[in-house]
Amino acid sequence: MQIYLPIAEVSVNAFLLLGLGGIVGILSGMFGVGGGFLMTPLLFFIGIPPAVAVATEANQIVASSFSGVLAHLKRKTVDLKMGTVLLIGGLVGAALGVLLFNFLKALGQVELLVKLSYVVFLGVVGGLMFIESVNAIRRSRNAGAATVPRRRQRNWVHSLPFKMRFRASGLYISVIPPLLIGLSVGVLAAIMGVGGGFIMVPAMIYLLGMPTKVVVGTSLFQIIFVTAFTTMLHATTNYTVDMALAVLLLIGGVIGAQIGTRIGVHMKAEQLRVLLAMMVLVVCAKLALELLLQPAELYSLGAAGGH
Amino acid sequence: MRRLLALFLVLLPFTAADAGEEVVLGLSQNRVAITANFDGSEILIFGAVKRDSPPPANQPLDVIVTIEGPSLPVTVRRKEKRYGIWINTDALEIDSAPVFYAVATSGPFNEIISDSDDLRHHVSIPRSIRFVGAPGHIMDADTFSEALIRIRSKNGLYQFLENAISVDQQTLFRTSIALPSNLTEGDYKTRVFLLRDRDVVADYEAVINVRKVGLERFLFNLSREQPVIYGLLSLAIAIAAGWGASAAFRIFRRA
Repeated sequence: MQIYLPIAEVSVNAFLLLGLGGIVGILSGMFGVGGGFLMTPLLFFIGIPPAVAVATEANQIVASSFSGVLAHLKRKTVDLKMGTVLLIGGLVGAALGVLLFNFLKALGQVELLVKLSYVVFLGVVGGLMFIESVNAIRRSRNAGAATVPRRRQRNWVHSLPFKMRFRASGLYISVIPPLLIGLSVGVLAAIMGVGGGFIMVPAMIYLLGMPTKVVVGTSLFQIIFVTAFTTMLHATTNYTVDMALAVLLLIGGVIGAQIGTRIGVHMKAEQLRVLLAMMVLVVCAKLALELLLQPAELYSLGAAGGH
Repeated sequence: MRRLLALFLVLLPFTAADAGEEVVLGLSQNRVAITANFDGSEILIFGAVKRDSPPPANQPLDVIVTIEGPSLPVTVRRKEKRYGIWINTDALEIDSAPVFYAVATSGPFNEIISDSDDLRHHVSIPRSIRFVGAPGHIMDADTFSEALIRIRSKNGLYQFLENAISVDQQTLFRTSIALPSNLTEGDYKTRVFLLRDRDVVADYEAVINVRKVGLERFLFNLSREQPVIYGLLSLAIAIAAGWGASAAFRIFRRA
């Protein structure tokens, strides 16, 4: 069944959109990532203009994360205080990100920036996570049934001022690192059409030392507010939020997220992280190839007059 | 069908008195409504040549039909390999290019119309694109306009349909042109040229109105005129769906 999208001005198959939403929704629920880093490139592939894909994806992430957050709030796996600090940084970052996005769009380099950011972030984060989780699994196998005692590393994070106590995470650390993490995630949300979970989750685990249990819920909590803010910014400055596209993606996405959250509960944290790392690396490799290999069409068209 | 034809002949009588031949044109539709399930549209263009005297004996009649969407400026960018990756480098702004352009002819294009008449009436695809000049550092400006035509042709937005018009008895002609699903709104100018001996002897113009309707129209207008309300509505719908599905799952699990 073909459906014409009023803002994107293209006609696409409605079931394709529902299916994409569903698959990405399952992953979103399992890993606590918004799923935007998979959905946004997929939307490019089916012919949605990049600006519309990025803005609409922000809107769709609000919905798919909302049901995830509800599930996590019920299980009390959200650190609301940490979430609020991350959110303050996120809102500032999103505003900066939209400014940068609009500036680069005028220069015709927005696609390059988006792809390069994907390759760099996904490559580094995916690689680190993969190595770490494989080691963790190996360690726990070697140690037999005994669980590895969690070491609290004392790094530079612990020597910064403005310390605050985060009870749910069992941390007493400076607010500066979470603010900065929130800020960079906000920038990514605005320019890449991602929730930013793929960078925030590892940052919370490795930089802040938060327990894996509360990381997923807390990152989803920050993501819904930052992506909601991003949606409003894109809707009012670029007019690129396609409501029909968002609704179709979210119908599939919301159902998928519920299923994914159930699956995630039954899996070990290390296994989850290996899977997520592998997916991140696959998307990274695909995008890197697009930049390195000669494209079939060297020329591209863009709306003029955006100076 | 015959009644329909007669109706259009009544509705669309037009004049183009040149050499005593006139075009009488019919369109299968003079408005295209873009609805939620719009999947492209086929426009049937048919017509007849009305003349006072018998047609010239040894000069066959040829017909060219064009459909032209609204013209807008376009920026064409070219990628080059820099620092090991392919990035956009040169950019050329084309002053005006139609968002849709189709040319259908009754014979090989170059054999039925002269260059001067092509230039005068902007008939062929390259002639429908207008750009004044390139900045100094771009030596090969033509490759940019060729790329524009190539990309839009691939997307079905530019169509060059040679021999797609059938002409009967030097009087009746018909063709059909497919409008793709990725259509932009606007007034689509439909032109018919009658040609003899590579010269345009008569021409005629009609307009096809392409508009979004219903929900599509409502959402598009809202997003442009009330972007804040549109954004909030998008979020409200998203959150309602997210919460609704979560609640539905809870009930489902309890049952």
